[in-house]
Amino acid sequence: MSASAEPDAVLARNSVPRTVEGAGSARRFLFVSAVIVICAWVLVPIYLLLVNTLSSPQEVTSFPKSFVPSFDFGSIQFFVSFAGVAKALWNSILVAILTMAMSLALGAPAGYALSRFEFAGKEVFRMLVVMTRAFPLPLLALPLAIFFIRTGLDDTAIGLALVHTVLAIPFAALITFSLFSGIPLEFEEAAWTLGCTRWQAFYKVVLPLVLPGIAASAVFAFIISWNEVFAAAVLTIENRTLPAFLVQNLNVSPLHLKFAGGAAMVIPALVFIFAVRKYLFAMWGIASR
Amino acid sequence: MPRKALPYLLILPATIFLLVFFAYPFVQIGVLAITGPDGLTLQHIQTMAGHWKFKSALGWTVLLAVVVVPIQLVMALSMASIVTRLKAGRNTVLYIFSIPLGLSDLAAGIVWLAIFEQSGFLNSILWNLGLIERPILFLGYQSVWVIFLAVVLAEVWRATAIVMVILVSGMGLIPKEFDEAGQVFGASAWQRFYKITLPLLRPSLQSALILRTLSAFEVFAVVIALGGTTMPVLMGETFQWQFNLQDRNVAAAYALVILTISIASTLFFLRALRVPKGATL
Repeated sequence: MSASAEPDAVLARNSVPRTVEGAGSARRFLFVSAVIVICAWVLVPIYLLLVNTLSSPQEVTSFPKSFVPSFDFGSIQFFVSFAGVAKALWNSILVAILTMAMSLALGAPAGYALSRFEFAGKEVFRMLVVMTRAFPLPLLALPLAIFFIRTGLDDTAIGLALVHTVLAIPFAALITFSLFSGIPLEFEEAAWTLGCTRWQAFYKVVLPLVLPGIAASAVFAFIISWNEVFAAAVLTIENRTLPAFLVQNLNVSPLHLKFAGGAAMVIPALVFIFAVRKYLFAMWGIASR
Repeated sequence: MPRKALPYLLILPATIFLLVFFAYPFVQIGVLAITGPDGLTLQHIQTMAGHWKFKSALGWTVLLAVVVVPIQLVMALSMASIVTRLKAGRNTVLYIFSIPLGLSDLAAGIVWLAIFEQSGFLNSILWNLGLIERPILFLGYQSVWVIFLAVVLAEVWRATAIVMVILVSGMGLIPKEFDEAGQVFGASAWQRFYKITLPLLRPSLQSALILRTLSAFEVFAVVIALGGTTMPVLMGETFQWQFNLQDRNVAAAYALVILTISIASTLFFLRALRVPKGATL
């Protein structure tokens, strides 16, 4: 796939003589086509899921399928009338927000330390962080289930968020490490020379540069929690999150329930990404300086 | 504040947290895998390795990662390059490209189930084109390679956006002057991408590849959603032993296998894409 080279071609077009305008517009056409194809690749499967969701249970299992929804709310009603759906959605949001806050508060300082300092034990810490992510999730949750019952954290949002934070910390630390590594130390040194304290230099020089990236890693933390199934299924009984609730019921559920459940997970995700798009775009402030 | 203490103060909260919520259960699981009622034993590991599904679960898991991750890397680089060069409609395109970022593997499995199931949209397209007379059972237990293909598509569809956003963050930190300098010296678009963007992107590439490969080894819900247990994967087998066969010890042995291949791949990427001191931007 040569699409990666195409965008460069668009830039190049502006700098080459007019005589090759023809070749330039051919490249422009290829570039636009690539954008449209990738957008369709992302959107069409979601559209098809929504068609299923907005069809009656009978239509979902019939053949051939209509590619336009009939706007029958039978499948949705069936899903919503399933006891506990609303509560599961609320639990998912609560756990995800707790995870986001905890993983950034713990992970970002570590990422900064890794990028800026040489200290004994640095590699040990780095390995500890990386290994956390390398550990298979469900089994991590099981010993913790026993631990949580002892401490009264079982079946609580905070208990589950603690486990999700273990998963999100390496994302937060590694991504912030990457971000801080991209900011020259000379920027900070210049600020120190001009009389800033270490904290002021960080707050006034480094932080504005990495803030969009920090927002991006907050997105990851939220999503890691939102999508997580195993620990949620193990650590909660009454207070299930949405994926845990769905997985518990999917094995025995008909197709239209699966699709409505899938849509229930997808639609909040669409809204969520839409809500944080400003942070993603803020990143472009740096990119297009 | 003494300067030497600062890095330790910065990593202290994360370290304490990880010791309590990671190291402690980690040790317990290591113990589970190699101890029995009578002390140390290799029994659980032998049970796992002797089970007929073990080799195929290991094979499918590694094969999935080997196929999915390179495709995602190329696609994510393409998408990130497109978005950085885009002028009109950039915000919309970036939003659309980022959508799969918020989707779980369970949701992705369900989305692609809507396409591949017997009364699904792929069959409907083929029928409308007159290519088939009756719907084909794509995801049956005889057609494990079709299930594999569906899982690859679902994984590429879902998890490429994560790689893209990490790369986009990285590209945002590369000064435009570097690329402009390349243009001034007459480097082609491909040369500038290969010799300027890619090397400067190394820290981001490293993070993205580590994160994606490890999560590729943990593939589970998408496989279950599309193929049930027809195509065994390591996480699926772990789940089976843990919850259905109620054998924590064998499940822990499976966990050690996933852990081993994960650490091996992480070490590989840390070494292969090492960022030399002073070579960062």
